[in-house]
Amino acid sequence: MKVTVDGAELVARPGDTLASALVRAGRRVLSQGIYTGRPRGLVAAGSEESNIFVQVLSGTGEPMVRATEIEAYDGLRVRTLAGKGLLPAEPDDARYDKTFAHTDVLVVGAGPAGLAAALAAGESGARVLLVDDQPRPGGRLLASRSTVDGLPAVEYVESVQTRLAACPEVTVLNRTTVAGYYDHNYLVAVERRTDHLADPPAAMARHRLWNIRAGQVVLATGAHERSIAFPDNDRPGVMLAASASAYAWRYGCLPGRRAVVFGAHDGSLAAAIDLADAGMEVVAVLDVRDAVGPELAAALAARGIPVHPATAVLGTLADPDGVLRAVLTSAGDTVDADLLAVSGGWNPAVELFSQSGGRTAWSDAAAGFLPDQPAQRTFCAGALTGAVDVAEALATGASAGAAATRATGHEVSEVQPPVVTGSARHQEPPAAYFFVDSAADDRVFIDMQRDATLHDVRRAVGAGLTSIEHIKRYTTIGTAADQGRGSGVLAVGVLAQLSGRSMAELGTTTYRPPYTPISFALLAGRDRGRLADPERVTAIHDWHVEHGAVFEDVGQWKRPRFFPRAEELMDDAVRRECAAARSGVAMMDASTLGTIELQGADVGVLLDRLYTNVFSTLAMGRVRYGVMCGVDGMVLDDGTTARLSEDRWLMSTTTGNAAKVLEWLEEWRQTEWPDLDVRCSSATDQWSTVALVGPRSREVLAGVAPALDCTVEAFPFMAVREAAVAGIPARIMRVSFSGELAYEINVASWYALAVWQAVYAAGQPLGITPYGTETMHVLRAEKGYPIVGQDTDGTVTLQDLGMAWIVSRKKPDFVGKRSFARADTARSDRRQLVGIVPVDGRSRVAEGSQLVAAGAELTRPPVPMHGHVTSSYDSVTLGTPFALALLDAGTSRYGEVLDAVDDGIATAVRVVSPVPYDPEGERRDG
Amino acid sequence: MLRIPCPWCGPRDETEFSYGGQAHVAYPAEPSTVDDDAWATYLFYRDNPKGWFAERWMHRAGCQRWFNVVRHTVTYEIAASYPPGASRPEPA
Repeated sequence: MKVTVDGAELVARPGDTLASALVRAGRRVLSQGIYTGRPRGLVAAGSEESNIFVQVLSGTGEPMVRATEIEAYDGLRVRTLAGKGLLPAEPDDARYDKTFAHTDVLVVGAGPAGLAAALAAGESGARVLLVDDQPRPGGRLLASRSTVDGLPAVEYVESVQTRLAACPEVTVLNRTTVAGYYDHNYLVAVERRTDHLADPPAAMARHRLWNIRAGQVVLATGAHERSIAFPDNDRPGVMLAASASAYAWRYGCLPGRRAVVFGAHDGSLAAAIDLADAGMEVVAVLDVRDAVGPELAAALAARGIPVHPATAVLGTLADPDGVLRAVLTSAGDTVDADLLAVSGGWNPAVELFSQSGGRTAWSDAAAGFLPDQPAQRTFCAGALTGAVDVAEALATGASAGAAATRATGHEVSEVQPPVVTGSARHQEPPAAYFFVDSAADDRVFIDMQRDATLHDVRRAVGAGLTSIEHIKRYTTIGTAADQGRGSGVLAVGVLAQLSGRSMAELGTTTYRPPYTPISFALLAGRDRGRLADPERVTAIHDWHVEHGAVFEDVGQWKRPRFFPRAEELMDDAVRRECAAARSGVAMMDASTLGTIELQGADVGVLLDRLYTNVFSTLAMGRVRYGVMCGVDGMVLDDGTTARLSEDRWLMSTTTGNAAKVLEWLEEWRQTEWPDLDVRCSSATDQWSTVALVGPRSREVLAGVAPALDCTVEAFPFMAVREAAVAGIPARIMRVSFSGELAYEINVASWYALAVWQAVYAAGQPLGITPYGTETMHVLRAEKGYPIVGQDTDGTVTLQDLGMAWIVSRKKPDFVGKRSFARADTARSDRRQLVGIVPVDGRSRVAEGSQLVAAGAELTRPPVPMHGHVTSSYDSVTLGTPFALALLDAGTSRYGEVLDAVDDGIATAVRVVSPVPYDPEGERRDG
Repeated sequence: MLRIPCPWCGPRDETEFSYGGQAHVAYPAEPSTVDDDAWATYLFYRDNPKGWFAERWMHRAGCQRWFNVVRHTVTYEIAASYPPGASRPEPA
C-alpha cells in the first residue's frame, strides 16, 4: 500500500496506522511547535498521541486527526500540521447516519477487561453491546507477549471473538468511540465505517452516531500512559515507553535502534524488556525510585541491561535536525541514544466515568486518579480499578461483567478467570513522579501541542493562581486538541509540588463531553438542506407555484407572500392586491391558520375560563372572536371560534401558535379542570381555508354556492353556514380580517384545490385577485388589528392594545383577569398600541425602529426610548405609509410628533389612532 | 438525556416530553380574593430545591398527557411518576 505524506510516498503494510508507517519509514521530524517552532515527532502509538495531527486530504478529508488513529490504506494522502488544521472549502457530501440501541449491558472498551466483561454478560444471555475504538478487539493484548489459557494473547483474543459471535444477543462495534456519557445511562458513540477503506461503497454511511440507552454500563476504558517532564523532553525520539513497545510488537516496526528507558514504575521495566527482545539495543534503564521490582530487574540483568535506581533524565542533546542524539542523566552520564522511552505511570481513562457524574479520587497505590463512587448504574473494570497487568484486567473485567449482568436480572454462572503466564510480576509500587525541575524550565514541556512549559505553570502559581482550573485557563495547558489527555494529570502533579499541596486535594479539571471531537455533519446526519426542518405546504400550494407566487416562511409553512405580475416588485403587487380587496374582490389561501375541534358538553365552560370574553352564550351557527391571555394577563393568542352544534366547536388560532394553543387547552383541561367534559384535537391539516375578501365577494360566493342564501339578512356577519361550494361540502364563515365583507370557505383538504380553482374561475369576470401574506398584513394593519407575536411580545395586555372592550366584566374569573389588577399591569403609562404616520407623508419607517423624542440628540447615549415600531407598510388606501407601534402612554399622545430611528437615521412621525380605516366598521357588509 | 417514565406509555426519552415546571401549584380557586403578594407568588415564585422535586411533564410526542414526576435535582434520579391530581409519593 502506498500512502502520501506531504507529497512524499511511503509504503504501508496491512494493519498499519499512518504513524506506524511513518515509524517504519524512519520519519522522525513531523511537525513543529506552534509557538516555539521546535521540531516534534510522535510520542505515542495510540490515542495518547499529543504531537502529530495531520490533515487528511484523500477521501472525504478531515482537518485534524491523530496520525496514530488513521488506518493506512492504498492512496491515503495527508499533510502534517503545526497546531491547527484547515476546514475544507468544499461541501461534505459524505453520508452520515444515526442509529439507536437499547442494551442490557454496554461494555466500553475491548481490551482484556472489556472482553472478559462482555463474555461474562454475553454468555449469560444478556443483550450486550461491546464498543471499542480500534479496528479489532484486544487492546493491550494485541501487543502483549503473555499467554492466556495456554494461547498466545492474540490467539486468545480471537477465541473470545468466536465465543462472542456465538452469543445471539451480543453486538461488537469496532472503530467506534464512546464520546459522551449522559444522564440515565444514555451514551453517544461515533462509528467510523469507511475512513479506513481505499474505495468505500457509495451507499455506506461514512460515520454513524449511536444513541445508546444501557441498563448497566461497564467501563473498561483502560489507561493512557503518562510522561515525565524534563528539559528538552520534546525532541523527536522521546516517546512513551509502552507506545514504543506497541510499535515493535503490534506493528512490527522499531522507533529507534539504541534506547534509554526512563520510568517511575515497574511497567517501564517491562517495556524495556519488550524493546530489547524486539531487537533494540537498550543501553540503560533509569528509574526515579530507590527500589524496582526484583523479577523484572532480574529479567533485564539476564539480558545484560543495567538498571539505575534513583536516577533521572536531566536533559537531552539533539543532532542538527533536532532529533534526539543523547540523554543526560542525574548520574552525570551522557548516554548516546536515538530513542528515549519514558513512562511516568498510567492515567486511568476516567473521562467517561467523570462525565457520568462519578467522582474520582487520587490513589497513592496506583499513582493515578481512579473512579470513586459511580453516579449511575456503572461498573468499572481493568485499569480503572487500578489493575496493572493482563491477569488483573481479565479478572476485574469478568467480575464487573458478571455484576452488571446480575443487576439487569440475568443469572450468571461463576467462571474461573483465565490463567495468564509468560510475564514477570509487577512487585514494587509506582512513584507519583511528574517532572524534573530545572533552571531551564522554559524547555520543560508540559503540553507540547500548546508549547506550554513548567515555566508557564510556575508563572501562574507566582501570579497567585491556586486552582488547577485557573492554571489551565492561564497557561492553556489541556486546551488543545487532545483536551489534556497527555498533559492534564502532569499539570496537576507540577502544581502539587510547586504549591506544596497533595494530588488528592487538587483533583483534576472537569471532563466534559465529547471525549473525542464529533463533526457537525455527523450530528446533523441526514437532516441537512431541505431535510433540516420539515416544510409544510397547503393543499393549494402547487397552484401558487404555477401562478408565480413569492413565498415566505411562517414557522414551517410556505405561504405565498404576494403574486407578482410580469415585472412587478413587491410594493407594486401589494398595492394592486390591496386595491382589489378594498374595491373589488380578492382571495387568499388561509389554510395555515390553526384549527382545533372541541367536543363535549363543557366546551363553553372551558372557553369562558380561557377567553377573556363570554363564549358559553354563543348561539349555534354563530362565530365569535376571542383573545386568550396567560395567567400573567399578557396576550397569548387570538382567533375566531364557531359553534357548530350544541357540543361541537371549531377554534382557529394564529398560524404560528396552533400547537401552542392546543397544548394550552390540554394543560388546563387535564391538570386543573379534569371534571370538564371536553375533548380537543388538531384539525389544521384536515381542513383548508379559502378566504374570499372584498365588497364584491358576495357575488362570487353566490356564483359557486347557488344553494346558499348569501343575503345580509340570511347570512349575517359572524355566522357560519354549511353549503355546497362548487359541489363540495363546505363550511362557510362570515369573518373578516380586513374590515371588508369577507368569507372563509372551509373544505376538506382533499378538495381544496378544486374549490380554490372554482372560486378563482367564478371571480374572473370581477377581476378576482389572489393575494398573499403581505397584503393580508396591510389590510389588517389599516384596521388596527394586531398580530399576536408581531405587535405583541409577551409583555402586552389587551388594555395595552386598546381592546378592553373584549374583556368581560360579568365573568367572575378567567385566566389572566386577576393579573389585570396588578399594580404594574394597571399602570396608565404602559406601552400601548398606536398608529404612526410619517410627517412628510412619504417615508416608510422600518419595523423595529425606536421611537424617541423629536430632535433627540442621537450621538449622546443614553437616548430615552419611548417605544418601538412593530409593523410598517405603504398604504394605498390611506395614501401614506402607516405603521403600528407600542408607545409609552401611547393612547394619550395622539397628534404628538416623535422621531422613529433606524440605524442612526431619524424620521419625523406623528402619533395617530391605530384604526385609521373605517373606524365605524361600515364596510363589513359590503 | 433523561429517561422519563410516562404513567401511560412507559419509559421514554426526554426529547418526547415538554417540561411544565413545579407540580402541585394549583390555580387559586378564587383569584379575585387573593392579595397582590400572594398572586405574585403564584405567578412568579417557584421552589428550587437541591434534592427531591415534584415537577410536571407532558408526553408531547406520545399520549399528550400531563403527569408529575419526583426527580432529584442533583442526581437526576426519578423516584416516581404519577397522574395529575394524585398526591406526591415520598421517595424511599
